[in-house]
Amino acid sequence: MLTDTESVRQMNFGDIARKRLSFLGILLAALALSAAPQGALAQATGELDAQAENVADPAVPEPATAEPTVTEAAPGADAYTPLGPEWIKGRPTAPSEDMLASISFQEQYSDDGQFALWMHDAILIPMITVTSLLVLGLLLWVIARFNRRRNPVPSKTSHNTLIEIIWTVVPVLILVIIAVPSITLLSRQYKSAPEDALTVKVTGYQWYWGYSYPDNGGFEVISNMLDDEAALSRGEPAQLAVDNRMVVPVGVPIRIQTTGADVIHSFAVPSLWFKIDSVPGRINERVMTINEPGIYYGQCSELCGARHAYMPIAIEAVPMARFNAWLRSQGGTPKGEGAPQGAAPALAPQEPESAVEGAPGAGEAPEAGTPEVTPAAGNPA
Amino acid sequence: MATTADTFQAHHEEHHHDADHKPGFFARWFMSTNHKDIGTLYLIFAIMAGIIGGAISGIMRQELAQPGIQVLGSVAAWLNGGTVDMDQALHTWNVLITAHGLIMVFFMVMPAMIGGFGNWFVPLMIGAPDMAFPRMNNISFWLTAAGFVSLMASTFVPGGTGLGAGTGWTVYAPLSTSGSPGPAVDFAIFSLHLAGAASIMGAINFITTIFNMRAPGMTLHKMPLFVWSVLVTAFLLLLALPVLAAAITMLLTDRNFGTTFFDQAGGGDPVLYQHLFWFFGHPEVYIMILPGFGMVSQIVATFSRKPVFGYLGMAYAMVAIGVVGFVVWAHHMYTVGMNVNTKMYFTAATMVIAVPTGIKIFSWIATMWGGSLEFKSPMVWSLGFIFLFTVGGVTGVVLANGGIDDNLHDTYYVVAHFHYVLSMGAVFALFAGFYYWFPKMSGKMHSEFLAHLHFWVFFVGVNIIFFPMHFLGMNGMPRRYPDYTPAFSYWNEIATVGYWIMAGSMLIFFANLIYAFVAGRKAAPNYWGEGATTLEWSLTSPPPYHQFETLPVIEEHHDYHDHIADSPAKA
Repeated sequence: MLTDTESVRQMNFGDIARKRLSFLGILLAALALSAAPQGALAQATGELDAQAENVADPAVPEPATAEPTVTEAAPGADAYTPLGPEWIKGRPTAPSEDMLASISFQEQYSDDGQFALWMHDAILIPMITVTSLLVLGLLLWVIARFNRRRNPVPSKTSHNTLIEIIWTVVPVLILVIIAVPSITLLSRQYKSAPEDALTVKVTGYQWYWGYSYPDNGGFEVISNMLDDEAALSRGEPAQLAVDNRMVVPVGVPIRIQTTGADVIHSFAVPSLWFKIDSVPGRINERVMTINEPGIYYGQCSELCGARHAYMPIAIEAVPMARFNAWLRSQGGTPKGEGAPQGAAPALAPQEPESAVEGAPGAGEAPEAGTPEVTPAAGNPA
Repeated sequence: MATTADTFQAHHEEHHHDADHKPGFFARWFMSTNHKDIGTLYLIFAIMAGIIGGAISGIMRQELAQPGIQVLGSVAAWLNGGTVDMDQALHTWNVLITAHGLIMVFFMVMPAMIGGFGNWFVPLMIGAPDMAFPRMNNISFWLTAAGFVSLMASTFVPGGTGLGAGTGWTVYAPLSTSGSPGPAVDFAIFSLHLAGAASIMGAINFITTIFNMRAPGMTLHKMPLFVWSVLVTAFLLLLALPVLAAAITMLLTDRNFGTTFFDQAGGGDPVLYQHLFWFFGHPEVYIMILPGFGMVSQIVATFSRKPVFGYLGMAYAMVAIGVVGFVVWAHHMYTVGMNVNTKMYFTAATMVIAVPTGIKIFSWIATMWGGSLEFKSPMVWSLGFIFLFTVGGVTGVVLANGGIDDNLHDTYYVVAHFHYVLSMGAVFALFAGFYYWFPKMSGKMHSEFLAHLHFWVFFVGVNIIFFPMHFLGMNGMPRRYPDYTPAFSYWNEIATVGYWIMAGSMLIFFANLIYAFVAGRKAAPNYWGEGATTLEWSLTSPPPYHQFETLPVIEEHHDYHDHIADSPAKA
């Protein structure tokens, strides 16, 4: 298992090799790397332990108090407690609860998600249903009308230019109709984050997630799946609940930057219409804006080894004040409250860096946490 | 034509032609250079691989029948020959999905479509005595078999967390490089090398045969559509497989010789592997379905007693699908972090493929329109193909939208989609072709009743397996998961029920085979009657060991359709 520290080191070597563009550079990097892991590993194990200790404490939530009212948990509260199960919003639905919801997309809690869902339900579903039924209807018709009993003498027709043109042109027009909202959706999804957006760096590990907050002191939260018993006792769905959620503020754009520490993972949250691969050596960036406070579950969506099914994602979206309270409980600093002092930097010594040119850390040292990166990050021109 | 065929049968019934002199058992089946024998070997091989691949999917469906890990532990323990820990059991899941994918793609569908039916019927349909390079044909088959052995061997050697290669059939780096120590992945890669080399040689063979060995008078525009489909497929193989070979060779050197093609630490890029793989992988899906298109075209025309509607449109739709199929690969990797313009391009290009595919669907229906339809088993399977392929095709249009795919990528929706086009598309076409030509190949009639029964049970089974997967995918269940949150259990349980129905239908299939060989009536040369007009119907069933020693002549007045002159060639 690689650690974050090591992956960053690898990125630096990749970077060097890329810039020199010489075989020698690659060779040197490879040679140097062969020596690197042992040191990095030894060093990092200690760090991870420290992190885990530090992070685990405040995040172990009080068992959900019986039926907390909405106002209690919601906006304004300055002290942080994890949201209880009554805040679960983005999750799959069992047919026994709601058959219709179990056979369709999860409810969407972001504007882009709602647009995509609209496009799917209002344009794609009618189109594919009509097409399938048209073909089925035509098949049934020819079966009924042109079977050997009713039509013993076959026609000899083998061409009809007009109809061939029609069934070429009509599908083209339908596809153009689909393409318009499809392209719109893509351009919306790729909108850049505003410069002052909060950055969360999501790192996929075998087999858990790490969420670090470079704008807020750079601490990293390690998020492991809860076992079924623990999940159920907290009133959360088995295999989706985690010990430490990724806590973010609600209603503001969040710059998600993701990378893989060992192999490729994929950071996916169905109820936010959000999925982006976490590729080692790259930083992929996308903006996420969550409309409502709540808990949103997701799962790793790229085969990453044995425990691929056991590294769920849980996002907790809370009002800014609560988010700031959570930051403090992690030893982080809310934005604008001055540079973090003390333990936090030691926990996560690295700033987000990337082998990708133009991405943060590639060249000049960027100011912590406000890296400039295009939404198409990870694919440098 | 029908009367002519009957006369032939009477003539040949108890008569052994010189052309029927066959070598001894070993020489005939192990050193074979006869296209029909090699085709038979491929079909037997594909059926055996299909049984293994299908049994693996049975283990997978059984594991997924309910949340939690139930059967993986015992499968892993059996593989390891002892007790295993949880990680090894979970690794075994990845081994199963990898093996299922690779077996079904490389050792079931491809050998059956191209190796089996292509070998058998391309020479017969173009009036050629054999393939252009009979010895290379033999090597192709045995390399495929060796590749299968290598893949099976990979299951029993260490692959990182446990025994076997657990990388998925896509073998993505770095899971397949630094993520999977041990020789298992090397064996799996080598298996693809062998199968790939076999396919490249097969492709060369088909292209040469089709270009050079058509009977006098059979211009390209008079070729049966099945031959067209194999020709286009052969070009796809020839252009796509070398890219796969390069990609997996780089994987091999990354794994064993210290290169870093796909390792960012040495200046490589894991995403480069995905681009190379899918540059092969997308044409590959058309490689698996195009021969099926060809077979369905033959069958629909035969049982409608009508020439194929829009023959040229049908042929060039396949060419168009082949060409466009090479420029859409990145729709398999929408979430990998592409530039927005790239994603827009691949969205648009992918949707374009719906147009030639639509032309084919509508042309099949137009072929039946005004026809005199007879619902023999191949026709029923073809009708099932047309409908189910349409269903799989329209969900493809949904997935083509890069923005929509952000939610569906790597979910069960994708699994449902590609099983509708492959497990139903390609496999329905295979069974259609099998029932269409089985009596021609074996000389024995199968039971039409059992063939129809097989169809209905299989149809119900596969739909119960795969339709609920659309729901699971939309609701968020990721693919390649051995375990899931309880909300997903209902539809998974139903899918598993569907599997056992489908498995039951396979028993009917094998019963039908046994019936045919034990008690089947002798097949006439043209047992489907006047609608069957391509050259293979002018020969006995089975055809003589060497056919067309005198080349058949295709007459002038035949224009763009499948019909061959009423002068069947003498065998």
